[in-house]
Amino acid sequence: MVFEGLSSKLQETLKKIRGAGRVTEKDVKEMMREVRLALLEADVNFKVVKDFINRVSERCVGQEVLESLTPGQQVIKIVNEELIELMGGTQSRINFSPRPPTIIMMVGLQGSGKTTASGKLANLLRKQGKRPLLVACDVYRPAAIKQLEVLGSQLNVPVFSMGDKISPVDIAKAAIEHAGTGGFDTVIIDTAGRLHIDEELMDELYNIKNAVKPHEILLVVDAMTGQDAVNVAESFNEKLGIDGIVLTKLDSDTRGGAALSVRAITGKPIKFAGTGEKLNDLEPFFPDRMASRILGMGDVLSLIEKAQESFDEKKALELERKMRSQQFNFNDYLEQLEQLKSMGPLDKILGMLPGMNDKMLKSISVDEKKLARTEAIIKSMTKKERLDPSIINASRRRRIAAGSGTSIQEVNRVLRDFEEMKKMMKMFSDMGKRGKKGFGRFRMPF
Amino acid sequence: MGFFEKLKNGLAKTRKGITEKIEQVLVSFGKIDDELFDELEEILIAADVGIGTTMKITDNLRKKVREGKITNASEIKNLLKEELTRLMETEDSGLKLDTVPSVILIVGVNGVGKTTSIGKLANYYKNMGKKVILAAGDTFRAAAIDQLRIWANRVGVEMISHSEGSDPAAVIFDAVQAAKARRANLLICDTAGRLHTKKNLMEELKKIYRVIEKELPGADVETLLVLDATTGQNAVAQARTFSESTNVSGIILTKLDGTAKGGIVIAVKSELDIPVRFIGIGESIDDLQPFDPREFIEALFS
Ligand SMILES: Nc1nc2c(ncn2[C@@H]2O[C@H](COP(=O)(O)OP(=O)(O)OP(=O)(O)O)[C@@H](O)[C@H]2O)c(=O)[nH]1
Ligand SMILES: [Mg+2]
Repeated sequence: MVFEGLSSKLQETLKKIRGAGRVTEKDVKEMMREVRLALLEADVNFKVVKDFINRVSERCVGQEVLESLTPGQQVIKIVNEELIELMGGTQSRINFSPRPPTIIMMVGLQGSGKTTASGKLANLLRKQGKRPLLVACDVYRPAAIKQLEVLGSQLNVPVFSMGDKISPVDIAKAAIEHAGTGGFDTVIIDTAGRLHIDEELMDELYNIKNAVKPHEILLVVDAMTGQDAVNVAESFNEKLGIDGIVLTKLDSDTRGGAALSVRAITGKPIKFAGTGEKLNDLEPFFPDRMASRILGMGDVLSLIEKAQESFDEKKALELERKMRSQQFNFNDYLEQLEQLKSMGPLDKILGMLPGMNDKMLKSISVDEKKLARTEAIIKSMTKKERLDPSIINASRRRRIAAGSGTSIQEVNRVLRDFEEMKKMMKMFSDMGKRGKKGFGRFRMPF
Repeated sequence: MGFFEKLKNGLAKTRKGITEKIEQVLVSFGKIDDELFDELEEILIAADVGIGTTMKITDNLRKKVREGKITNASEIKNLLKEELTRLMETEDSGLKLDTVPSVILIVGVNGVGKTTSIGKLANYYKNMGKKVILAAGDTFRAAAIDQLRIWANRVGVEMISHSEGSDPAAVIFDAVQAAKARRANLLICDTAGRLHTKKNLMEELKKIYRVIEKELPGADVETLLVLDATTGQNAVAQARTFSESTNVSGIILTKLDGTAKGGIVIAVKSELDIPVRFIGIGESIDDLQPFDPREFIEALFS
């Protein structure tokens, strides 16, 4: 399948791009090819993809690479940030009118899920202490009014209807009057599904809008929509000036790129997400979750986040300086171990690294207990010992072993590991001095 | 032929020769090539064909150009159309509905146009002189039975139904018995919209399918998956999963009266070899047409 191919290709690319301290144009180009595929595969409109890639590429080139990331990861990190940014903040709120009733109008294509979304919204608002009234303005689809009435009775929310012989504009007007006398503070108008190019029916919506002046017009969009989402959203927004979007059927396995398309083309927030057939399956919309769903690189993203959270850049620079100058001591070693630990279970982190598979993980087999013992041993050293391990003689070793609850053999192992590491670092830094590729800044020792 | 005319004809020939040659050169240098291919790729992607299938198609075309099978750049677009048309064509002459009764089972995700398509299909086959019965197999969605009843009345055919919330397989069972008893030619079964990711609902569909197989052994059964033309790449997953539980034999592509091109059926055909049988082009009773590959591909490029 394309998608599998994609993620492994991405991992390949991530592996290839390593080393440099700055993101080069070539890195960006290579990564963007994958990002473009991912977005198109997720149904983001191709024009939106083009704009997005251009903008993000500009931002990426020349960026300094965070110590803990590879340039490839750095690029993906920026892509993800920009995606979240573009998707907007969490705004799952309705504009309530200071003078009730608040009027909400649901619009959208046929089959997008307006009627169900209307019912769910009524349910949600009632839980928030509102008194909603549902209004049946779909006079076209057979049994649409009945459908809303059934939903209303399931929810115990009154439904206002006048049959299918009255114009939707008049029904809407009468409903608002009814809300006033009946003590309803929120009115939700369900309209018939229509094509955005159906002028007559689009005019009808415009007339309803003019007649009742809704405080909130919500465009209902099926999350599985393809490239056409931009045309639909643009037309509805131009004609009516929508206030927000409800994304439905997110409980499917779609990547949901339509979310990005409609958001980019209208600039309006996605306020709610429909996540099931039950009437309480309406959730606030989370831009960050949607971004990683669209990008389809969830694992890579969480790795990047973790690495970034737990790695202190200044300390890294200091460490690098010490490595180069051969001043690496046990205090630095300890610090490194602590950073490793704060990233969470090691094998989980390794598992998130691109290109890692179960088999490789097993062969690495991170021994967390050993790590903890190492830490205890270092902590049992005196300040002097940590700065200058060469003074650690036999009696000191005995003391350290006792203090850390380990054995002399363990202490010896730690001292050996430390010397090993120092040697390795010297090698690295010599490589760096000779300007060889493959060593830029210090990276995690795994 | 006069002198001037001869001259003109001669010139035309050379002119043609020269431009052809230039184009050939450009093709081999990859100039027209890249731009043209970018354009073609964009057309296909904008039509929801999907990046995977699009690249497969254009790579194939590129290969032909490289192998020198195409020497004229302007031929490329036509060749592409030809190949796509061929891909979408089927060898048979449509649905096989010869037994009495035969069955059409309609399946698909929520809101794609199943019930509406059933209304249109009933009308289509009734006009061909068949005796049609409808089965109200969507016992889940609010007022779904009423919706189908309105269609049954419009067309003037009988509908078998139970109450909302009852077992859909039982409805289908009764409908099959009714079809047999009344010597109906065709039974068309509605089912509730369901996301293909819901395991239990797909199991329910399997059960419905088994009832038909068991009660009508040897009968012609066509399972038609309804796909909404506005749907993107997810349609492939839909087709794959619905096929697993009901042996989908064809597709009804709805809502082609909008601006969406429905190109995803190309990916579905190329990956799963499921042919499109009908298209929906509106909400009225006559807005259903047998699928015409040539017209469909032509519309893709318009
Ligand atoms: N424009 C247009 N609208 C269509 C077409 N086919 C169906 N519709 C509309 O799409 C909406 C949903 O159609 P239904 O037939 O109720 O869809 P369904 O698949 O039965 O829906 P559920 O049973 O709720 O899953 C209705 O408003 C139909 O009128 C079509 O070809 N073109
Ligand atoms: Mg239906």
